[in-house]
This record gives sequence, structure tokens and C-alpha cells, in this order.
Amino acid sequence: MIFIAASLSFALIHLAPGDPFSGSITSPGLDPETARIRRSQYGLDRSLLQQYVTFIGNVVVGNLGQSIRHGRPVSEVLGIALPRTLLLMGTALILSFAAGVALGAWQAARRGSRADRVAGATSLVVASLPEFWLGLVLLLVFTYKLPLFPGGGIVGYMHDSLSPVGQLIDRVRHLALPSLTLAVLGTATIARFQRAALLDVLPHDFVRTARAKGVAERWVVYRHALRNALVPTIVLAGLSLPTLFGGAVFVESVFSWPGMGLEAAAAFAARDYPLVVGTALLGAVIVVIGGMITDVLHAAVDPRVRAR
Amino acid sequence: MTQPPLLTVSDLRTYFYTSAGVARAVDGVSFTIAAGETLGIVGESGCGKSVTALSILRLIQPPGRIEAGSSILFEGQDLLKLDDAGIRRVRGNRIAMIFQEPMTALNPVFTVGDQIAEVARVHASASRRAAWDRAVEMLTLVGIPAPAQRAREYPHQLSGGMRQRVLIAMALIMNPALVIADEPTTALDVTIQAQILELLGDLQQRLGTSIAMITHDLGVIAEVASRVLVMYGGEVVEEARVEALFEVPHHPYTEGLLHAMPRVGRRQERLAVIPGTVPPPTAWPSGCRFRDRCPYAWERCAREHPPLYQIGPGHTSRCHLAEEPERRVRRPDAVAVGKGDGPTQPMQGVA
Amino acid sequence: MTSVSLSQPQVADDVGVGGSSPWETALRALARDRSAMLGLVVLGVIAVVAIVTPLIAPGDYCIAQPDIIRLKNIPPSAAHPLGTDKFSRDVLARLICGARVSLAIAFLSVLVAATVGTIYGAIAGYVGGIADSVLMRAVDALLAIPRVLLLIAVATLWNPLGITGLVLVLGLTGWFGVSRLVRTLVASARHDDFVAAARALGAGDVRILVHHILPRVVSPVLVAGTLGIGNVIVIEAGLTYLGMGVQPPHASWGSMFYDGIEYFPSVWWVCVFAGAALVVTVLAVNLVADGLREALDARQLPAR
Repeated sequence: MIFIAASLSFALIHLAPGDPFSGSITSPGLDPETARIRRSQYGLDRSLLQQYVTFIGNVVVGNLGQSIRHGRPVSEVLGIALPRTLLLMGTALILSFAAGVALGAWQAARRGSRADRVAGATSLVVASLPEFWLGLVLLLVFTYKLPLFPGGGIVGYMHDSLSPVGQLIDRVRHLALPSLTLAVLGTATIARFQRAALLDVLPHDFVRTARAKGVAERWVVYRHALRNALVPTIVLAGLSLPTLFGGAVFVESVFSWPGMGLEAAAAFAARDYPLVVGTALLGAVIVVIGGMITDVLHAAVDPRVRAR
Repeated sequence: MTQPPLLTVSDLRTYFYTSAGVARAVDGVSFTIAAGETLGIVGESGCGKSVTALSILRLIQPPGRIEAGSSILFEGQDLLKLDDAGIRRVRGNRIAMIFQEPMTALNPVFTVGDQIAEVARVHASASRRAAWDRAVEMLTLVGIPAPAQRAREYPHQLSGGMRQRVLIAMALIMNPALVIADEPTTALDVTIQAQILELLGDLQQRLGTSIAMITHDLGVIAEVASRVLVMYGGEVVEEARVEALFEVPHHPYTEGLLHAMPRVGRRQERLAVIPGTVPPPTAWPSGCRFRDRCPYAWERCAREHPPLYQIGPGHTSRCHLAEEPERRVRRPDAVAVGKGDGPTQPMQGVA
Repeated sequence: MTSVSLSQPQVADDVGVGGSSPWETALRALARDRSAMLGLVVLGVIAVVAIVTPLIAPGDYCIAQPDIIRLKNIPPSAAHPLGTDKFSRDVLARLICGARVSLAIAFLSVLVAATVGTIYGAIAGYVGGIADSVLMRAVDALLAIPRVLLLIAVATLWNPLGITGLVLVLGLTGWFGVSRLVRTLVASARHDDFVAAARALGAGDVRILVHHILPRVVSPVLVAGTLGIGNVIVIEAGLTYLGMGVQPPHASWGSMFYDGIEYFPSVWWVCVFAGAALVVTVLAVNLVADGLREALDARQLPAR
């Protein structure tokens, strides 16, 4: 799978008109001779097939080329940026899963009631919000109108001079708004889905059996039905990773969070092809790994899957 | 018999309020079950037998509703007047239910041992350990080999017959006074069917439980029941002791059912059927609900809804033929039902 | 999953609906859905305003730049109900003009995505076998790449990306989900009895595909497409905000963000109103999509 993604990236690069050294912004007025030397440096003058083989070979060992903008290997640049993005996405994912499942289940147990309808309408509205807009609004409210949270970045100016506890608090404060932005959106989406999934499970026979055993209604819903309804939600969470990534890109821009998204946006401005393509590739890798983790979780919750 | 009956259902009415109209699934059903007896409830799909069973334990969900005026007396209480906690104390504890489809009736994500033990935990406040041990005991009782190991398995790992045994174990673990079995053998192979029925009969003898056996299969009734209720159109149309029902059925519907059963040792060119289909519960016909399919119906049947007539001791029938037996003549336009020889022979055993 | 028997015994399941075609039933169900109708009305209003206003307004409504210095960055007031931006343009006017661009781009790219996805998925599902597996593996791999990152990569490599390019690129990155959906539907329909019947009557593959199977596919694709429109509006706005999408002289709602972010948050009205327009539109689209989904689902169930 990654192989296909990599091949695709290669195709992309070479389908594009021109190459990094023909009249790009980073090297205006490059005389033909220097351009030729640079090209051969980057191996762009060899035959297409040779380049393809080299490319794949490089990807396999993790070599994604040199970042034009940074002058350092792409893998190095991304190696620093990626964990930050993962921190952001991970926090958001955990928060939205927990809150979304709880909200969806709570709604399903009160199906049709006023509370359910209000929550449902709210979720619909929230799920329709663009991430960067929500981020901007949160920024407006919580940083400028009520100065509760810092306006961006991953750590504050005086981070190094703080005590360990202070440093932790500082990090949390900086993480709060960006991850909250993503989490709020995620919660709305998951809650809607979880509610539907739970309502789907409730008419099943085994739920009736549980009632016939004398189990209290609350446990029927939260223990018997929910455990079954979690399964599709876990699958959904796994499938939503690429979208989450996209959201992270925008949120990082709004909050100046120095992760992969911000790097990608900067790379765009600088026509840094290797970096940009590297981001896409790396994103795919993360998603695939995420998918594998989801499979494991799925098997943990649903014993029927384990048999296969 | 001086002992009061264990369960007395009086004028039970369960209606479903759907967008297509009000479906009177159970429309005035009354019967009793004595301690230690097995009552068979028989009828086609759509006659209301399952809904009756679910109503007893108040497992009817909206848009269904048990109507006012119904009463279900059990162990000195009207089950319909209990609060939520009250009815929960009865479910699985004093009255237990065995469902039809063993695969879908069990929760796929919990072990079978866990699901059986849960009943003990809920009703006897047993510890996890104690409840688990009891569950394993029950698995032995229902004849599952290697019970300790099986208890740790999941429903999808067991065969249909074993799952049904698990359901039986789950129903009996608190030694209930009444077990309602809703088509417990329909989803199983014939050989397994026989085993399950034997098991139920065996357990009943040992534990003295009453059983309400709901089925559409007269063969099952013949095997396990002492008394039978025949249902049609949301009502009881005939009630009798088993022998009487098979030897001298009164209601044309019962007659039709018996005729429809293929019998070993009798040559038939064609399987007899009862013509027509069950009418929808949103629109029961006026008068007698069976009249459109009845070979003897005359104009009184469309006009007057028949009450339950007393035919003999412990034998009632909801048919005007009780008052006008000379009308029991096949109409010329009625489709031939069987070869016309009445059910004069006693049952030859399960077909 | 094996078939589920629902706990309530089926009551009245042979009471028919009465003769109307599935489409009529669906349309009627949709009309009864108040929120979906609300969404449609909102969208209709936006579309009409967007198309008509520039036509009837005096002069070149969408390009006018009156007094460059004096009207810069004015908060909402009587003359300019939503304020002005840093280039002295009326925010309301920009919203209306931007609507055309944003909506057109979203609609067209979803059209591209739906078309490509349906064709791809139909072929894969119908042909089956190894070809199907290969095609779907490719789609799975493509689905794994976060769309935004892919878009950024493409935007970098093909710089500058015109409007047509943008539509194409958005469309070509959005068809994967549709193709999987279509493929599943076609693959299962392939084994249905009516296909065998059609074949027995001598119908060729293409005719079977187009005439018999594709109509089944229309409604889920329609729902997916509607949801996709909402999605793309947001993505396009985001990309433009980052500088990668719509470029001057064209302007979409995203462009307003791009321009407005400079003085944010003191000059808050540009971004907030642009965002509000986005939210309202996407919300309306989602309401319609939800309503469509329920209406089209309903016709497949027998009478309750």
C-alpha cells in the first residue's frame, strides 16, 4: 500500500511541468550552468526509470530527499515536526472519542427527548464548522478577549526558565486550544455516529434477552448494547485519520503549531517539492499505521474478529 | 385441584400503534397455568402467541402497549401493576424466557459463562466467582460437555444446539416457577430438536417448573404438553387437554392444522393446506376471524363474533358450530382440505 | 453479519404503501423533512442572491474598488452592514461575489469526483476478480493519503493552479470514497437474480450495467455527493486561506480569510462573516444530505 502511495508521489513529481530548478522562486536567475549542476546533484538528469528505482529504494530506507528550503534531509525535518503533529492529533482523537461515545450513548438512551434533540442539533451544527474558522474563533475569544491561553506556538518564551511542573503546565496551556478545536469537531461527528450505531443495536434480540434476564435498563444500554455499538465507531475513528490530518494542517496554521502541517504550508510557499511530497507520503504511512492499530482495537472489542 | 393456578392471564390486550393503523396483536386472551404443568400454545405466525409471551414479562416496546383492563396474576401479584424494579425482580428470576433464535439471542461480545452468570449476579447478588461456578454447574445440568471450558467461549464458537442449551441454562439458573419457551426448537435440526425437548422435559420433572411452550409445530405439542391453547387472530380459539385436542378437535382451524400435518404411514398425494393467509392484525375481519378460510362458515359467522363455548370438561372452542353442529358440512365451494377422513386416529407419534 | 431478527414480532408487514414509484415516495418523504427543506431554502436563497445581485447591481459589482484609503477597515455600520476589508471593499459585496466562486467550485469538483468515482467503482465491481482487487487496493492506498497534504503537494508542483485546475484537482482527490461505495453496490448487484434474468434474455454487459445496476447506485452517490459539496467548500476555503487555492482576480470566501487574517483579531468582521457564510452554507448542505439519506432509505423499507 505504501508502495503504491510512493509510486504515486513519484508520478506526481515527474508529471509536473518543469523541475525545481527552472525559474522557481527560490533560485531566480539561475544561470543554465549552475542549474545543470544542481540538477545532476539531485539526480534529475538521469532516465525516468533510473530515477524511479532510486526513489523507491530511498523511500524504503526512509530517505525522502533533501529539503530545498531547509537544506537538510526531509526525513530530519519531518522527524522533528511529526511528533508534534501526532501529539496534537492524538490528544484530539482521544478526547473526541471519549466525549463522542459518551454523548452519543447518552443521547441514544434518551432517544426522542428534548435533550436528545438539542444535543443532536448542536452536533450537526458543530460538525459543519470548518476547523480553521473554529480555531480562529477560539483564538479570538480565549486569547484576545479573555486572555486565558497563549496565542500560538508549542511553548512559551520563558519555557526554559520554568520549573518542570511549570514547563508541563506551559505545554498543556499551549496544547489546549489547538487540540480543543479538533476535539470539538471530532466529538460532534463521533457523537452523531455513535448515537446512530447504538440505536441500530438496540432492536437486536440479545438486548431483549438482557431485559428478560432482569437487567436494569441502564445496564442494558451501557453494557450490553454499547459494547456492540462501539465496534463501528472504532472503525470510523480509524477511517477518519486522513481527515483528522487535514484538520490538523489548518489548525496548525491558525495556532502556529510547528508540526507537519505548518511545514507543508511553508514548503508550498518555497516550492520545496521534496518536502511537500514527503509530507504526503509520511501522512499516508501514519494513516496506515493508525489503521493497523484500529484493527487491533477492533479485535479487542469484538471476539468474532479474533477468529479470523 | 385445590391449588390456585400459578399464572392467571385475564383479558390480555396488547395493541401496536403504527402508522398503518392499530394492530390488535393480542385481543382478549385469557388462560391459566398450574404449577408443574406444561401448557402448549400453538398457532401460525401472526396469531399473537409470541406477543402474548412477551406481554407476560412486559417486554413489549413502544409503539406496542398493553391495554388497561388486562391483568396477569402471578404469585399473588398483578405483574402489570408492578413498578420497574418489581418486574425486573420477576424477569429471569421467577419467570424466565427462552427465545427462538439462539444465535441472535446471545450477546456476541461476552462469553456464554458470563451471560449465564449475569443472571445470578443480578438476582442473587452473587459474587463473580460464585456466579461463575453456578453457571458452570448449569452448563453441566443442560448436558454440555467440558462445561468449564465452554463457559469461557463466545456464542459464535458454539453450535446451534449448544447455544440453545446455553439459553436454557440461563433461564433455569434461578430456578424459576415458570419458563416461557418461545419456539425453542424451530431454528434447530430435527435431531437436535428431539434432544432439546427431552432435556426440557427432564428438567421440568426434576425441578417442578411450569412450562409455557409456544410453537407452531403440533408434533412438539404432542410430545411435551398436557394442555393446549390454539390461537388465531389474536384470540384463543380452542383450549383442551392434549389428548382431547388430537382426538376430537372442535374448531375448524384446529382441524385444519391437524390435517395439514403429514403423517408417517399414510399415503397422501397432496399436502393439505388451510387456504388463504392470516389477515393483518390491523384489520381483523368482522364476526369470526377465521371465517374467510373456514370450510363451514355461514352468514352467522360474518355477523356474530363467537364467544368461547364450553364443549366438554376443560375443553372450549370459539366457534358457532358448538351451537349448530349440524352446520359442520363442507361447503361446495370450499377448497378440499385433505382427504376428508376426520382425525379419528390418535397421534402416531411425531411426524 | 447474518440477518437480524428484530425483537418485536413483525406486525402489519404485508400492508402495502399504495402505488407510487420509489422516487415519488422519496420526494414526498423529503418534502416532509422540515430541516432538509430549510436547508434547501437557505441554499436556494444563497444561490439566487449570488447569481442575481451582481447582475442587477450598478456597475461592476464584484470588481469595484471605490475610495482606497478612506474606507479601509471600517467596522459594520449603516453604509456597510458588514464592514469593509483592508482593500476598502464592502464585506457584504465580497461575500455575495465570493459565493459564486465557492459554490461553483464545490459543485463542479464534486461532479468530477462523482463521475470518476462511479465509473471506476462500477468497472471494478462489475469485472470482479483480480482486476477488482488491484483497482481497490490502489484506491485504499490513495485513501490513506490525507487529502489536504496531497492537495498541498499538488498545489506546490503545479504552481499556479488556476480555477479549472483547482476544480480538477479537488475532484480528482475526492473520488476514492465514491468508487468504493459504487464498487460494493455493483459487486453485490452483479449476483442478483434480475441480472441473471437480464442476461438470460440476451442483454450485453454494458446494457446490464447501465440500465439495471446503475440506477441502484444513484441514490447513495447522490447522498455522498451532497455531503462532498459541503466538504469541498470547507477544504477550498482552507486552501485559499493558506494561499494555495483561488488566486486574484478571482475571490472565494477563502480569499476573504486570506486577506482578512492580516489584521485579525482587531479587524474581526471580515473573517467572522466569511466564516459565518461558510458555516451556514455547509450546515444547509448537511441538512439536505441528511434528509436525502433518510428519504432514500425510507423507500427501501417495507411499510412499518
